[in-house]
Amino acid sequence: MEFLTTNLPYILAGVSTGGQYALIAIGYTMVYGILRLINFAHGDVFMAAGLIMIYSYTIMPLWISVPFTIILTVLLGFTIERVAYKPLRTAPRMSIMISAIGMSYLIQNIALYITGGLLKNYPKIPWTSDSITIAGAITKRVTAITPFLTILLVIALVLLINHTKIGMAMRAVSIDFETAQLMGIKIDSVISMTFIIGSFLAAIGSILFFSNYPGVTPTVGGMPGLKAFVAAVFGGIGSIPGAVIGAFIIGICENIIKGLGWTTFSDAFTFVLLIIVLMFMPTGLFGEKVTDKV
Amino acid sequence: MENQITKKPINKDMMISFTLLALLFVVLVILELVLPRTSILFTVLKKGAIYALVAVSMNLLNGFTGLFSLGQAGFMLLGAYTYAIFTIPVAARSQVYQYFNGGLIQFTLPVFVAMILAGLIAAGFAFLIGLPVLKLKSDYLAIATLGFAEIMRALFQWDKIGVITNGSNLLRKYPVFKTTIFYFAVSGICIAIIVLLINSTYGRAFKAIRDDEVAAEAMGINLAHHKRLSFVISSFFAGISGALLAMFQTTIQASQFKSAMTYEILLIVVIGGIGSVTGSCISSFLFIACSEWWLRFLDNANLNITSLQILRPGFRKVVFSVVIMMIVLFYQKGIMGDKEFNLGGLIKFFKTLPSQHKLPAHLKLAKTKEGK
Amino acid sequence: MSENVLKMQNITMQFGGVVAINNLSLDVNKGEIVSLIGPNGAGKTTAFNVVTGVYAPTNGAVYFNGTEIVENYPYGKMKKLYAGSDNGKFTKRIEPTPDKITKLGIARTFQNIRLWKSQSVFNNVLIAKHLRRSSNVFSATFRLNAKEEKIQREETAHLLNILGLYDFRDELCTSLPYGIQRRLEIARALATEPTLLLLDEPAAGMNPQETNDLTSFINKIRSDFRLTVFMIEHHMDLVMDISDRIYVLNFGALIASGTPAEVQSNPAVISAYLGEDKNA
Repeated sequence: MEFLTTNLPYILAGVSTGGQYALIAIGYTMVYGILRLINFAHGDVFMAAGLIMIYSYTIMPLWISVPFTIILTVLLGFTIERVAYKPLRTAPRMSIMISAIGMSYLIQNIALYITGGLLKNYPKIPWTSDSITIAGAITKRVTAITPFLTILLVIALVLLINHTKIGMAMRAVSIDFETAQLMGIKIDSVISMTFIIGSFLAAIGSILFFSNYPGVTPTVGGMPGLKAFVAAVFGGIGSIPGAVIGAFIIGICENIIKGLGWTTFSDAFTFVLLIIVLMFMPTGLFGEKVTDKV
Repeated sequence: MENQITKKPINKDMMISFTLLALLFVVLVILELVLPRTSILFTVLKKGAIYALVAVSMNLLNGFTGLFSLGQAGFMLLGAYTYAIFTIPVAARSQVYQYFNGGLIQFTLPVFVAMILAGLIAAGFAFLIGLPVLKLKSDYLAIATLGFAEIMRALFQWDKIGVITNGSNLLRKYPVFKTTIFYFAVSGICIAIIVLLINSTYGRAFKAIRDDEVAAEAMGINLAHHKRLSFVISSFFAGISGALLAMFQTTIQASQFKSAMTYEILLIVVIGGIGSVTGSCISSFLFIACSEWWLRFLDNANLNITSLQILRPGFRKVVFSVVIMMIVLFYQKGIMGDKEFNLGGLIKFFKTLPSQHKLPAHLKLAKTKEGK
Repeated sequence: MSENVLKMQNITMQFGGVVAINNLSLDVNKGEIVSLIGPNGAGKTTAFNVVTGVYAPTNGAVYFNGTEIVENYPYGKMKKLYAGSDNGKFTKRIEPTPDKITKLGIARTFQNIRLWKSQSVFNNVLIAKHLRRSSNVFSATFRLNAKEEKIQREETAHLLNILGLYDFRDELCTSLPYGIQRRLEIARALATEPTLLLLDEPAAGMNPQETNDLTSFINKIRSDFRLTVFMIEHHMDLVMDISDRIYVLNFGALIASGTPAEVQSNPAVISAYLGEDKNA
C-alpha cells in the first residue's frame, strides 16, 4: 500500500503516457499490418501535429484550432503515403523503409527551419490542463482523461474494423494484399483510410501529450514514436489491442522507473524490452506465427 | 565481373583505378602544401573519407549481404570511445575525468594499437548480439540494431561507469592526426580490404545470401555463420571509422551518436547505390560537401531575394532532404546502381548521355522481379 | 539389391492442425532414379523439405547411407495437436540446418527456380562450391588461398562445359532462356558434389521436346556423376521413361509404390491421379 501511495503520481502519469503512446502505436501497427512497412515518419507526424496546434492557436480560437490541427495532420499523413510510399509499393522492402526514413528526415528539417530550432510552447488548453487531485496525488486533469479517451477511441476503431465494409476490406488486405486486390478491393482507398485513421489518432495523441509536456521541438517525435513502435511490436505487430496493451505497459513501467530515480534509463528500458521481445517472442503477445513456404 | 577461369591477372580496369588513386594522393599532398590548414576543403575531404569508410562498411552489410541493420552509429560510438579512452595521456587524465578522480584507466596504448582495438571492441559487441539479432526478419533486424545503438548511447552517458567513459562529459586531449593524407590512407586501406573481401569467395557467399538465402542455405552456406561474419566485419570497420571521427573532431561525446547519424549514413549508401563501393565513396564526398560547404549559401539570410526571408539557417537542410527524397523516389538505383567504377562504363556513360533514361533490358527485368 | 542411400521412416509433417504428410516411409537405393508423384498439394515438396532440413518433421526419422541424419517427435504444443501415427516410436531430436545436410552429400533443386539473379552463370556454380572450401575468411580476403580458388574455378568451368553451359558463363542468369536456367539449377546442385540429387519438378514448364532432352540429360548425369536421383515430377512421360521405381502420394499418404508398370496399372493410383489428366 505504501508503494502505491508514494508512486501514485507516477502510476497515473504512466497510465496517461501509456494512453498517448497507444494512440500513436495504433498508427504503426495498422500500417505495418497492411503494408509491412515501419512508418518511420509517423512519430514526426505526431510532432507536426504539435507544431500545427501551436501556430494555429496564435491566429484562431481554441475551438477552431483543435479541429483544424486534426484535419491538417490527417492531410499530412495522407499526403506522405501518396507521395513517398505509394510509388514504391512494388519496390523491395528496403526501398520503402528508406523512403520512410527520408520522409522523417525531411519533416524534421522543415520543422527545424520553420521554428528556427527554438523550443515552442504548447498552448495551455483550459480545463484539461487544470490541476486536480486523485487519491491524494496532484496531477493534471488531462492525465485522468487520457486513458478513458484512449479506450473509447480504441473501441470505436475495433467496431469500425469488425462491423463496417471498409473495416473488412482492411482486414482482408492485411491478410493477403494481392488476393484482396484481385477480389476487387480498392487498395488505394484502404491504404489511405489506414493512414487517415492513424494520423487522426496521432493528432489526438499529440493534443493530450503536449498538454502534459508542453515543449515541442523538431525532434520531439523521435522517442515517443520509437516507444509507440516498440509497444506495437510487444503487443504483436498488426494487432490493435496488442499495441494498446503494450503501450500502457511501457507507459506505466517507464514512469515507475522514473519514480525509482533511474530517469536516465527510462528510455533505455523501452529498448531493452524490445530486444527481449524480439529474442524470445518476436510475434509479440497477440501476433500470429507465419511459416514461410519454400 | 570475373570472366577469367584459371587466374585473375591484373586487368586494365584495376590498372586505371590504381593510377587514379596514386594521382589522388599526389593531389592531396600538393593541396596540403598550398592551402591554409583551416580551409573548408580539408574538412570536407577528411570527413568525407571517414564517412566513406563507414558507408562502405554499411554497404557490406546492407548492400552486399542484404541485412538491413541500423546500428552503425552504435559501433562508431564504441570505436570512438575505445580509441579516446586508451590514448588520453596519463598526465591529462585528471583534467579530462575531472568528476571521476582521473578515471579508472591509467595507462595508454600506442595510437595504432588503440585504433585496431577500437575496431575489435566494436566487432566484439557485434559478435555478442549477432546470433540472436540476425535471425530476425529484415524490419525487426533494423529496429533491433537501432535499439542496440540507442542502448549504447544511453549506457555511455551513465555516470555509474563514468570512471571509464566520463559519463555525459566530453572526452578530449587524446592524440589526433591533422593531415588529410592520414584519413585517406586509413580509410583507403580499410576500404581496399573490404573490396578484397567482396571479391573473394566469402563475398560471393554474402551476395548469394542477399539474392536468395534459401538457395544459399541449400547450397551448403551456413546462414547464421556467414551473416554474423558480415555483421562482425562491418562493425569492425565502423569502429575504426569511429576512431577516425574522434580524431577529426578532437572531442567526442556519446550524445552525438544519435540514430540520425545512422540515417545519414544510410542515405549516403542509398544515394551512391546499394551494392556499389565506388558509389558509397562518391556519394559520401558529395553528401559532406553539400551539407558542410556548397549549399551553405542557402542558409545565408543576407542573400534574400523576396521579402519573405526564405533563405535562413535550416533552409539548406530542407533543400537537401528534398533532393534526397527525389533520389529515393525517382532514382532508386542511386548514382552507381550496383556497378563499380570502370573506364569502359565511364566512356559508355558519356556516349549514351542523350538516351540516358533507358535502362538496359536485363536490369529492367531484374528491377521488376526484385522482391524480398 | 544395391545399398540403401536414403530412408524416410514414418515421417509425419504437421503444420498446426494440418497434416501435410502422414506416416511416409520410403527407400531410395544406390544408382536408382526414384520418382515421387501425386496430385498438387499431396505433400511431395514437403517431403523434400524434410529430407533437406528445411522443415524438422513432426515425427519420424531420415537415414542417409545408413546413418541417421534427422529425427524428431511431437513436443510442446504439438504433443496435444499430433494427429499422425507412431507416436512414441521416436525419442531423439536431430534437427540439422539445410547446409549441414548438403555438406553430407544431398543436393536439391527448387520447384520455382532460385538462381542468384545478380550473379553470372559462372558465379552461380562457383558459389555452390563455397561449402567445400577449407580457407577461412582471412586467407580468402588476403588471397592466401590462390591455389584453392584456381582449382575451384577450373572445376566450375569443367562442370559448365560438360553440361553445355560454358558459352553462357558470363551471362546474367536472368537473361537466359527458361530451359537453360533449369539446367543451371541442376549444374549448381551438382557443384556441391552430392551423391544424392533431389530434383523438384525439373520439367516444369517444358514442352515435349525440352522434356525429351531433359530425360537424356538426367540419365547422363546419373551415370557421369555416379548419382542416385530422387525426383518429384508431373510429366508422366518423363516419369515412366526414366524411373526405376515410383512412389505415389495423395493427401499426404503413400497410396502405391513399385515399378512404372506396376504403378500404371494400380487402380488406386488411376482413380486418384492418372485417370483424370495424364499431363497434370
